[in-house]
Amino acid sequence: MKVLVPVKRVVDYNVKIRVKADGTGVETANVKMSMNPFDEIAVEEAVRLKEAGKASEIIVVSVGPTAAQETLRTALAMGADRGILVQTDAETQPLAVAKVLKALVEQEGPTLVILGKQAIDDDCNQTGQMLAALLGWPQGTFASKVVPGEGTVTVTREIDGGLETVELKLPAVVTADLRLNEPRYASLPNIMKAKKKPIDTVAPDALGVDVAPRLTTLKVAEPPKRKAGVKVADVAALVDKLKNEARVI
Amino acid sequence: MAILVIADHDNAALKPATLNAVAAAQKIGSDIHLLVAGQGAQGVAEAAAKVAGVSKVLLADDAAYQHHLPENVAPLVVGLAKGYGHVLAAATSEGKNLAPRVAALLDVAAISDITGVVSPDTFERPIYAGNAIATVQSADAIKVITVRATAFEAAAATGGSAAVETVSGTGDAGVSSFVGQELTKSERPELTQAKIVVSGGRGMQSGENFKLLEALADTLGAAVGASRAAVDAGFVPNDYQVGQTGKIVAPELYIAVGISGAIQHLAGMKDSKVIVAINKDEEAPIFQVADYGLVADLFKAVPELTAELDKVR
Repeated sequence: MKVLVPVKRVVDYNVKIRVKADGTGVETANVKMSMNPFDEIAVEEAVRLKEAGKASEIIVVSVGPTAAQETLRTALAMGADRGILVQTDAETQPLAVAKVLKALVEQEGPTLVILGKQAIDDDCNQTGQMLAALLGWPQGTFASKVVPGEGTVTVTREIDGGLETVELKLPAVVTADLRLNEPRYASLPNIMKAKKKPIDTVAPDALGVDVAPRLTTLKVAEPPKRKAGVKVADVAALVDKLKNEARVI
Repeated sequence: MAILVIADHDNAALKPATLNAVAAAQKIGSDIHLLVAGQGAQGVAEAAAKVAGVSKVLLADDAAYQHHLPENVAPLVVGLAKGYGHVLAAATSEGKNLAPRVAALLDVAAISDITGVVSPDTFERPIYAGNAIATVQSADAIKVITVRATAFEAAAATGGSAAVETVSGTGDAGVSSFVGQELTKSERPELTQAKIVVSGGRGMQSGENFKLLEALADTLGAAVGASRAAVDAGFVPNDYQVGQTGKIVAPELYIAVGISGAIQHLAGMKDSKVIVAINKDEEAPIFQVADYGLVADLFKAVPELTAELDKVR
């Protein structure tokens, strides 16, 4: 089966972000960008399915600026077969991305779409669910285990109370949670090989998708800062503070 | 236009986060309807009818809704949504699973994890692990929203007397089925509802050592949480995780033990009223958000703290 893996280029998870002084957004110029960590887990899962003989081809897709090609190359170096860049400099919101992905699914015919459960920039946690809805496919969100069967996939999900297991008819959408796997580092030979793998570039218009945002961001602000606290000398001093100053015990 | 709130429940009881979602709805408008989709959920519907501020409860009782599979529940919500200006759910694992599916079927944006209502079409929500707060305005006819429970004081669970109306189900979509679940059993308070939370990180070194934190938690009547590092290392189950993509907590007192304080962890607890950090590394970033920091070996400090608290409480 073919597996489609959408990946997003985001500010690296180690970067301490800065809100722009004019309140229009977050500073992304000259900031280290990487693949969304949850998408890395999705790529890894697809590669493992291929290594296990369960997946025949892995197509990675990114919707974003030209620089998102780097993100696709990272996925190709991890073991994906080819890439598609849906090139746009506009802000891409989850519904628009889901519509782009739906168009690509119809074109490429994958049996499984695996993507990260959420991007660490907008923290939306929507795209997988939206794509499944638009396709009329079942969804296995927040997956910590994915086991393909005959015409089905069994997904163990991380839920508030623990774990839940569901069986989905294929084709299906799965969104990766943290503990699905530990993504590999691409080896140097694989990074070199990835440079020769094909990446197609298309425009959203060519797919017949309107990517205009539905939400307008009026303002981006810093959250209220916590006041710096104090260090206490020992346990007795801590208990005294909690009891007599903070009055929480 | 009325507001539809989707109840989070387990067919036996209403989950507390539903009350926070109702509270957010009250900031948007006044005519609030609560949807209970489940199987054998009559009791939940009766509890829902008592929630202050709710004017009507819609009960969809159908075998297809027993496990709240989004493939089955979303068409029900979509059918009902046309009569509403807003559809809200708590940002629980269920709400997060369902709301975007509903939104896409309605061809509207979803607005995740709101922490503030500015006006009926404008909301605040955290982005970048809570390191920035975005104010977003929706132009869609129906706003589909998930609500961060810790940002809204819960509506009263009693005092209301809404009518319960039965709505017919939309059946089983036939594409998904429930296989099973493993829920963590605990006598302690639920993590997101607890007044005090004691959390452990990589510094705990093993799952066995979490017993130290459990003893401290039991002295305080607290819940036990963990950082991602502790969950990834297998010390405790996934549902203990506090952070950007785990649980969001805002208790009166949060005690972080052996947690360095990665921004992804801080995102889940920095709205706690009082934060205590115990860590042997005095440079640990957790001390930058802690009201009270104790630089100490946790294996000595935690039992000592438990003993001291035993004395004063």
